[in-house]
Amino acid sequence: MPRPYECVKVLLHLFMNSQNQQHNTIPTERLKQSRFGNLGDSIFYSSTLIFATSVLVATLLIGFQLIKTSWPAIQHFGWRFLFTSTWDPVHQIYGAWPYIWGTLASSLLALILAVPVAIGTAIFLVELSPKWLRGVLSFMVELLAAVPSVVYGLWGIFVLIPVLQKIQGGIALSKLSVLPIFAGAPTGYSMMAGALVLSIMILPIITAVTRDVIANVPATQREAAFGLGSTHWEAVKGPILRSARSGIMGAVILGLARALGETMAITMVIGNGKDASLSLLAPANTLASILANQFAEASGLQLPSLMYIALVLFGVAIIVNAIARLLLWNMSRGMKHA
Amino acid sequence: MKIDCNLIFKWGVALVGIATLAGCAAPQNSLTAAGATFPYPVYSQWFDAYHTKTSTTINYQPMGSGAGVQQIKSRTMDFGASDTPVDDAQLKTMPKKLLQIPTVAGAVVIAYNLPGLKTPLKLDGPALADIYLGKITKWNDAKISALNPGVVLPKIGIVVGHRSDGSGTSYIFTSYLSDVSPEWDKKVGTGKSVSWPVGIGGKGNSGVAGVIKQSPGALGYIELAYAAQNKFQYAALLNAAGNFVLPSVEATTAAAAGSTEKLKKDIRASIVNAAGEQSYPIASFTYLLVYEDTGNVTKANEIKVFLRWAITDGQKMAKPLNYAPLPESVVRLDEKLIKRIH
Repeated sequence: MPRPYECVKVLLHLFMNSQNQQHNTIPTERLKQSRFGNLGDSIFYSSTLIFATSVLVATLLIGFQLIKTSWPAIQHFGWRFLFTSTWDPVHQIYGAWPYIWGTLASSLLALILAVPVAIGTAIFLVELSPKWLRGVLSFMVELLAAVPSVVYGLWGIFVLIPVLQKIQGGIALSKLSVLPIFAGAPTGYSMMAGALVLSIMILPIITAVTRDVIANVPATQREAAFGLGSTHWEAVKGPILRSARSGIMGAVILGLARALGETMAITMVIGNGKDASLSLLAPANTLASILANQFAEASGLQLPSLMYIALVLFGVAIIVNAIARLLLWNMSRGMKHA
Repeated sequence: MKIDCNLIFKWGVALVGIATLAGCAAPQNSLTAAGATFPYPVYSQWFDAYHTKTSTTINYQPMGSGAGVQQIKSRTMDFGASDTPVDDAQLKTMPKKLLQIPTVAGAVVIAYNLPGLKTPLKLDGPALADIYLGKITKWNDAKISALNPGVVLPKIGIVVGHRSDGSGTSYIFTSYLSDVSPEWDKKVGTGKSVSWPVGIGGKGNSGVAGVIKQSPGALGYIELAYAAQNKFQYAALLNAAGNFVLPSVEATTAAAAGSTEKLKKDIRASIVNAAGEQSYPIASFTYLLVYEDTGNVTKANEIKVFLRWAITDGQKMAKPLNYAPLPESVVRLDEKLIKRIH
């Protein structure tokens, strides 16, 4: 049983290495010569360099501006801001924990719901689907990405929430309601609604990128796997997913980034509660959504506190991306050593 | 590629020329304003009608009350608009003495979703405060039943809806709750956004309306103008004189008239829970903000003429849009304020 599998791995590594070498040797020499030798090239080089650094500069400026505008709140609340749960504009007491919790929980739940579906869809599209269906399905998935987020929000209010009210009503009457994740009144506007809407919103990007990554797995690997007698399932779970996994991880990160920053749709369905609750049935809130809700009419210390919220969101995005990169790096290292 | 500098120069000159011409072509008699979104429907009709009458253009940007106050503070606009009065702390930060002129009044409606109920629900301030404090959680609570003798109320829970965004509507509603319930005043207080003890937050009037429409047993507060357009069931509230009053344009004007004495002392005085047999208890003005000393006589005159028109002829346009016109007594107070503009 493990034999053909091992062979495919060896083949895969041979291929990867040869590809890497090709990549490393030839073009760099030529680039170094031409970088300073030719006016057109040097203009090309410096202009692309400027474009690339402008991204970095913009990010740094955003961070700087956020720290500057949130400084009164940082001085006043310090680190406590991150771990306290009161948000009271009347008495000017602010804490971000329910929003941090809501953002992380809703995004992770959305990923848990969306990733298996997205990967399954992508595998079907590339490996198994008949040609005529492939076009239609791909188009549908891309169409999902083009729907504005306010439309998802309205769909959430008018379609999803009435359905959830019935389901949650059933849960509340059953024995499940003793579990902390099913505590509370079944109003529909809840963490569950937020996570479901988010999962549909991040589905297209994860599916589309995963599909392209899988489609780009060299045909030779597929052929090798089939040649060694793998079934379709074995070929997919072995060489294909294996060489695509760092790309799939990238797709998941893109989806996660979208989920963390999503504002309009989630604020319409999550209930904008004030507590960090374990319950899927309870209203929750997110960093992006409190920003959107309170920014326009904020006064006093509320404005710096909202900027502090923005800074926290910025930080959460950076940390989540860093963790994802670390996983990715670990994964690709693991693959080389295997 | 060879770039034709001459051509760029020519185009640049042309563009600057066009911009200058456009600037000159704009009529001298134009005013700019920004602020509250709540009165925007009636304001935009005013500005239209006023333009037809006098050819003075008023550009109004409905950016929200907070922005209206900011814009007048930084003097980027001729006047600002706010649903909540500017308090003393903020007034101190203004570069000059600011006048706050009530233009129309509005009411906040308690809407609910009880499909079986035929007669309007009756509520009073303390019961409403207890619902929003989370102390009354079921519709058949003794306090609600006592207010509605002979009405069979369902045993279902109350789904409480409130605004999630900062808004003048929340300010009016919470100032009413603070007025009728010491406990609310102490625990929660009055503000454009507060720390709601219970409930689901909806963004904007439409968000709260969505919560109410989607959830049987829901109760929430929305603007009268919005509720009237969207056919909600709404509650009659017990007023200071001891009558149950349904929200209406007339009952809102009555609340403003009933507050005249308070308003004489301070034009910013709250008109919630006002005196008067027919006064609806959750009412408030929306204000235009203008400096007493505008620093420009022509502009001052333009503003004065417009404001005088708005508080007299303009008032007729309010009712069809479900805004409450000012009572005679408040128009007179406004006239005194407008005289001071120079």
